Amino acid sequence: MGKTILEMSHITKEFPGVKALDDVTFKVEEGEIHFLVGENGAGKSTLMKVLSGVYPHGTYSGDIVLDGKVQQYNSIRDSEHAGLAIIYQELALVPDLSVYENIYLGNEQRKGRLIDWNETIRKAKLQLEKVGLDVDPSAKIRSLGVGKQQLIEIAKALSKDVRLLILDEPTAALNEDDSDNLLNLILELKKQGVTCIMISHKLKEVMKIADTVTVLRDGKTVNTFGRAELSEELIIKNMVGREIENIYPKRQNKAIGDVRFEVKNWTAYDYSVSRQILTDMNINVRKGEILGIAGLMGAGRTEFALSVFGNPKHYKVSGELFVDGKKTEIKHPLDAIKAGIAYVSEDRKKDGLILDQDVKQNLSIASLKELVSRFVINKNEEIRVAEEYRKNLKIKTPSIESKVRKLSGGNQQKVSLGKWLLVDPDILILDEPTRGIDVGAKYEIYTIMNRLVEEGMSIIMISSELPEILGMSDRIYVVCEGKITGEVSGEEATQEKIMKMATV
Amino acid sequence: MNIRELKQNARDYGMYIALMVIMVLFTILSGGIFMSPRNLSNLFDQTGYVAVLAVGMTLVLIIKHIDLSVGFVAGFLGAIAAMLMRVGAPMPLVLLITVAVGCLIGMYHGWLVASMGVPSFVASLASMFIFRGALLRITEGSGTIIVNSKFFNALGNGFIPDPFKGENLHLLTLAIGVAAIALFVVGEFRNRTQKKKYNFETQTMDMFIGKLVFISALILYFCWQLAQYNGISWTVVIVIVVVAIYHFFMNNTVLGRHVYAVGGNSEAAELSGIKVNAVTFFVFASMSTLSALAGILYTARLQSATTTAGVGFELDAIASAYVGGVSASGGVGKVTGTIIGAIVMSSLSNGMNLLGVGISYQYIVRGLVLVAAVLFDVQSRRVKI
Repeated sequence: MGKTILEMSHITKEFPGVKALDDVTFKVEEGEIHFLVGENGAGKSTLMKVLSGVYPHGTYSGDIVLDGKVQQYNSIRDSEHAGLAIIYQELALVPDLSVYENIYLGNEQRKGRLIDWNETIRKAKLQLEKVGLDVDPSAKIRSLGVGKQQLIEIAKALSKDVRLLILDEPTAALNEDDSDNLLNLILELKKQGVTCIMISHKLKEVMKIADTVTVLRDGKTVNTFGRAELSEELIIKNMVGREIENIYPKRQNKAIGDVRFEVKNWTAYDYSVSRQILTDMNINVRKGEILGIAGLMGAGRTEFALSVFGNPKHYKVSGELFVDGKKTEIKHPLDAIKAGIAYVSEDRKKDGLILDQDVKQNLSIASLKELVSRFVINKNEEIRVAEEYRKNLKIKTPSIESKVRKLSGGNQQKVSLGKWLLVDPDILILDEPTRGIDVGAKYEIYTIMNRLVEEGMSIIMISSELPEILGMSDRIYVVCEGKITGEVSGEEATQEKIMKMATV
Repeated sequence: MNIRELKQNARDYGMYIALMVIMVLFTILSGGIFMSPRNLSNLFDQTGYVAVLAVGMTLVLIIKHIDLSVGFVAGFLGAIAAMLMRVGAPMPLVLLITVAVGCLIGMYHGWLVASMGVPSFVASLASMFIFRGALLRITEGSGTIIVNSKFFNALGNGFIPDPFKGENLHLLTLAIGVAAIALFVVGEFRNRTQKKKYNFETQTMDMFIGKLVFISALILYFCWQLAQYNGISWTVVIVIVVVAIYHFFMNNTVLGRHVYAVGGNSEAAELSGIKVNAVTFFVFASMSTLSALAGILYTARLQSATTTAGVGFELDAIASAYVGGVSASGGVGKVTGTIIGAIVMSSLSNGMNLLGVGISYQYIVRGLVLVAAVLFDVQSRRVKI
């Protein structure tokens, strides 16, 4: 060890309105396993995208130095040529092609102008051996589990003579056995001289195989530790060490009542990834309470919300659901709405709004039935209600007939929220209610939330932002890998406690 | 008026302007024959069955599906109607049975697409084969099935009676025209005051008055021309009724709004409590029901069912909808726009026929108009105002 293979110095990357990376410096020694850790949104993935050329040279400032030479990548292809390979959380395999076709996709083995399939298969076998995977190279990707698919991604990277392998949360979707397998493989590759950068939220893994750990927070490098000084506490402290700013409005009168909503032994299996995503979850929320659900991305929080809210992804769900103490069956979002449950989705553009329709239509879409008299929508009433909510929620828009596409993120979020307030739910599930919106709009949304619970609504707030969880919640559940790993009251909770439960 | 407003209006009224240009052009080139009462009457009747199909197709395209089977479903059901008329079944019963069978076929399509997850392109392609075969099967023995019923054939060729007994003018037609204008103007004014009240974007007063005068003049002109001939035909009445029902349905009922929501963003729609599958099922059922009506109109127009009835109808219907402003990416489109699109497409055929342009060129020209219309749509959507 000792020779620096990669040095990223003074990297700054800005998106409109946000500084994603701020003067980050990151150094990797040859042959080491270097972990990059930090909260969601700390800038880890952005940094790796800068490194691999997803954000081409010129869109960021600072230098990437590989083997002592300054690099200027314009695309992933360029960085691949230099011996870098990046494997993302979402696997980039083609499910209906075979293993060998996938390994050499974009890097076809040719004889003259045509593809030499025999050679491809022969070489693919060698790559599979390298990653210790015993599968038929002509098997379809679809027929393999996620763990094996992950190994095939690595085999694909190795086939390109990779020297620096970057893995973005490789074990997030894997079960324990597959994860162990993968970690062992990485140790094996290290012996063969491959340098590895890993992004991970699982501190156990970090402790197990890391040589060096760099912690990012809010787009800045906080610290770098060698193996000798590592401890979980140290990492957590560095990850969260930030003051909670006073951006959370105080609630006037807390009146928390009886249990309004409860699930017992809630378990869900997702056929599309052949994995159990939720295991024996027990959650309840009371009248007038803001319940925070904390956890890292991919922990199963959104899946929980969807499985409760009519299960549109068709997971196989078991367990019992109670609304006001009454056992309730919910088979479609419509049933959930009838039971008084509303869900403001995580991705407002994809799952929440109809961007080419106007504010009024987006607000009324879930509650049109309330506006009907004699089979016909009462358009005057629709306008009146939409106007009322525009004023109440302070939605900034030229008029309620403006297309939602033209509004800012914060105002879109208010429309998305307003749609559900129109159906007048008892239980409101908010999934990342303030993602990607500015501080002012956040404050307004928090104020609205407080007003709602004061009026007796129950709110379940899913959030990756710990300060938000701590600032708003009366009680907090922590979710990790589809299980509830802890429950704390709002007063007792600290960032360190939650982070610890979220990374077991 | 600023550029932005001009752009907005160009998108809303583009096809009306295109229709005007086409009509004026053909009138000049044909020495006035195109706009003659007789030809206009003929043009509208020719458009009838495609217009009915295109209305249904508008909904299908809005929810990002397609139905290729409409042509032969119409042909097949037209033949069924002819056959039933031949065996002497009473006409109301014939119409009822034909439309009911159409609805059943549509429910079958809806089931395939919505419940079974068969892509609509494939499901309807299969039906295209099936009903082409079925049509051949029915007409194989006798060849063309001739319908003798005067009442039935009136649906495709007849005109509404004139109770006022005008000498050279069909007075009821004029009366209907005047009533339509009155309704239109009153409706637009009420709409505008309402929009003003809520501070919505409205057109400038000049623009608004200009629009009212223009459209009123158009309605009056067409009614005047038709009144000089035989008046409004039953086909036109049926088309207007279908358009009115669907226009109202799409804008004022919950299900209609759900259709737009599903087309605009089906994930968001599902998560808003809309049963996307049910909406899809309904849209396909409605499509084939309208196909049945189109089949009846076509059979009535030819006064017979032929082995080739329905060839290419689906393409005319799809083209009409796109030319009429239905977005190629779904979620957006108006039934009224589609009707204009249908008239544009048949004006092109009719006008070129008058000029003696060969069928080969006709297809090329109609293809170019279609591509221009969709190009315009894609472009105007890209411009972020």
